[in-house]
Amino acid sequence: MQAPIGARLLHLVPTILLVTIIVFALQHLMPGDPAVMMAGEAAGDPHVVAQIRAQMMLDQPVWWQYLHWLDEVLQGNLGYSWRLTSPVLVLIAQKLPVTLQLAAMAFFFAVAIGVPAGVVSAVKQGTAWDWAANAIGLFGLSIPTFWLGIVLILLVSVDLGWLPPSGYVPLTQDPLRSLATTIMPSFVLGNAIAAILMRHTRSAMLTALSQDYVRTARAKGLTEQRVVIRHALRNALIPVVTLGGLQLGTLLSGAVLTEQVFDVPGIGKLVVDAVFNRDYPVIQGVVLVTGLLYILINLATDILYAVINPRLRGG
Amino acid sequence: MRAMVFAAAMLLGFVAPTLAPAPALAAGPTTLRIGLREDPDILDPTLSGSYVGRIVYAGMCDKLFDYDPKLDIVPQLATSYSWKDPTHLILHLRAGVLFQDGEKMDADSVKYTLNRDLTMPRSLRKGQINDIAAMNVIDPLTLEIVLKQPNSAFLAQLAGRPGIVLAPKAAEQEGDKFGLHPVCAGPFRFVQRIPQQKIVLERFKRYWNAKAIHFDRLEYIPIVNSAVTLANLQAGALDMAEYVVPTDVAAVEKDPKLRIAMDTSLANYGITFNVGNGPEAKSPIGESADLRRAFDLSIDRNALIHVVFNGLYTPIGQANPPSSKFFVPSVQPTKRDIAAAKKLVAASGIKPPIDVTLMVSNSPDILQAAQVIQAMVQPAGFNVKIQATEFASSLAAARAGHFQAYMIQWSGRADADGNMYSFLHSGYGFNYGHYSNPEVDKLLDQARIAQTVPERVAIYAKIWKIEQQDMPVSYLWSPKNIVGLKKSLLGFKQVPDGIIRVQGMHFAK
Repeated sequence: MQAPIGARLLHLVPTILLVTIIVFALQHLMPGDPAVMMAGEAAGDPHVVAQIRAQMMLDQPVWWQYLHWLDEVLQGNLGYSWRLTSPVLVLIAQKLPVTLQLAAMAFFFAVAIGVPAGVVSAVKQGTAWDWAANAIGLFGLSIPTFWLGIVLILLVSVDLGWLPPSGYVPLTQDPLRSLATTIMPSFVLGNAIAAILMRHTRSAMLTALSQDYVRTARAKGLTEQRVVIRHALRNALIPVVTLGGLQLGTLLSGAVLTEQVFDVPGIGKLVVDAVFNRDYPVIQGVVLVTGLLYILINLATDILYAVINPRLRGG
Repeated sequence: MRAMVFAAAMLLGFVAPTLAPAPALAAGPTTLRIGLREDPDILDPTLSGSYVGRIVYAGMCDKLFDYDPKLDIVPQLATSYSWKDPTHLILHLRAGVLFQDGEKMDADSVKYTLNRDLTMPRSLRKGQINDIAAMNVIDPLTLEIVLKQPNSAFLAQLAGRPGIVLAPKAAEQEGDKFGLHPVCAGPFRFVQRIPQQKIVLERFKRYWNAKAIHFDRLEYIPIVNSAVTLANLQAGALDMAEYVVPTDVAAVEKDPKLRIAMDTSLANYGITFNVGNGPEAKSPIGESADLRRAFDLSIDRNALIHVVFNGLYTPIGQANPPSSKFFVPSVQPTKRDIAAAKKLVAASGIKPPIDVTLMVSNSPDILQAAQVIQAMVQPAGFNVKIQATEFASSLAAARAGHFQAYMIQWSGRADADGNMYSFLHSGYGFNYGHYSNPEVDKLLDQARIAQTVPERVAIYAKIWKIEQQDMPVSYLWSPKNIVGLKKSLLGFKQVPDGIIRVQGMHFAK
């Protein structure tokens, strides 16, 4: 297994380079002038805008800007936010833990809801349980994140007064309050993934339950619970784990919308604000870091896949 | 599996209710939490350009002058001023004012700050004060500012961001990173900023006007989504929201703990026509003033405001709203007259339907307003295609001349020059349509030199007369400053510039 992982780690470098080139090109193709956005209410003065453009080196060719940025990155400097003047690395270091916490809790919700619902649905196929689980799946896939978010805010925060409607408290500062600020957004974020996991678990379980080894296990007189959990579920989980790993990456991108709705100051909100304000160094820095994370998560999924399925350990 | 489900139930069922009520998240009882509609940019008065940034400065940095609710310029860090002649301004400064790092504020500090505004790379203030020719420190509390030419709008600039006096030692030490740890001479000193989350200030005990301050801390919390702002107000997680959208006013008023404070605003919304910016100015509406006037005549501003903004905004026909000293009463918003509009269309010699592409930002209320306009101008012969565009993209398109008509807001200034010069004078950045009329340019320059308000208003009246004939901009409405706040929060005085001044505000005992 070590050789393929080593090779994949080597592939990481050109992949990331390609991602940065694409993002750099896209953000320059995107309409909108960063100098005008930075000037804000002072943009009525053309000299001010021209001066900002020169200061930000936006009057240089795009390839030159890219190489300059890359040179800085190789020295460990992701640059400074044009809008906030904070180092991009500091901004990412502030925001990433928020999003990771949100994603981890969302993944927890997704697994805690999706996998049991899928198992129950498969085991009790054709019964009311199956219908109920399918309804959960349909609900999760169909309900738009922003709608569910607003409805939950109105219901849980405004009407019931149980949880704060938005904001964030770091886990290290006050764990309980941190949970209070992230339960709703992580539930909303995990909801759609739960639906996907439920459907895949159901399908994989149905396949597993019809296999000979399950029939054999039953013939040996094992309890139904043992058959389902030890024999069927363990095998059914292989594709589900792969999917779960891929969805972890999706959680990072899904956080963009959820963080907007709940005003959670994570990496998604950081990049959205950066895009709206054409804060190029922040966009590039965030893409670089999340791209790396995405690739590493996929790598970790492959490793986990091999752990669960011994046949893949040969490499 | 069971454990996971159990844990989820624990989280949802037990942990959440124990954390109620939501306001418990707040800090101590003397913290004032103000919701902002967006996250401000850098907190350096020389480098910042966002409107909401000015709201934070009001808590942190006093200016040489400020505006009172009637928009009169009143002393703040300066105690008085006098004009020796139209180019020599004498400023008398307040004694005993300290910056938040303990440094003393004096004429040298003011000179240092204005010099910084004039010379710092990327300064956004340069254009506002570049009429300064020299500054002479007469004594520690008196500064003479010499202008290159008379400028009647100059004093108003010192009531804006250029009037914020910075602590020279801190500014010198931090350079272009000063905005990360700003130090000035206001009621609250900077403590912490977590971008997109909050800006925290704490009371500066040696503030010169300390008796007017009744909070220990200020927290500015940016919340972009208006529904979430409302929810935070209702849940008690905010004490005040600097802006509540008109459609949420009823919900706030219904809440027994909350109230609405509503006042006129300096902002304006209008449609700028492309009359000279690139090939797209060669459209029928770009080339014919008759058609632009017909378009303007077809809009029922009152109906539009009623439908889209719950009737709360004010119809306008000029850039300076009725609350402004520079408002010209003879210039009233156009009343809808389809018959007159049709006559103008006929006089233009262009056969309807006349295609007009209207570029608007993609926010729901503005899109709705565009749709109402689309329906209103149709009977006069206009076929409007709405082009909803993300804000930064729309600005870029407007500056590049890729538009026929562009609906956009300006946050407004108390001095008319800030609402007119860059918008109607040839060659300036907010004149997106490249409108150019030598007579208007001359009058705008004259208004800058004129010394009294009545003189200036007379000049502006002439400009509006020409503007209404050329119609480079069709002014539509002036919004209201709609602030949502707790009933227990007292002493809030609204000023049409929308800036929240914390002096005198306090919670009911």
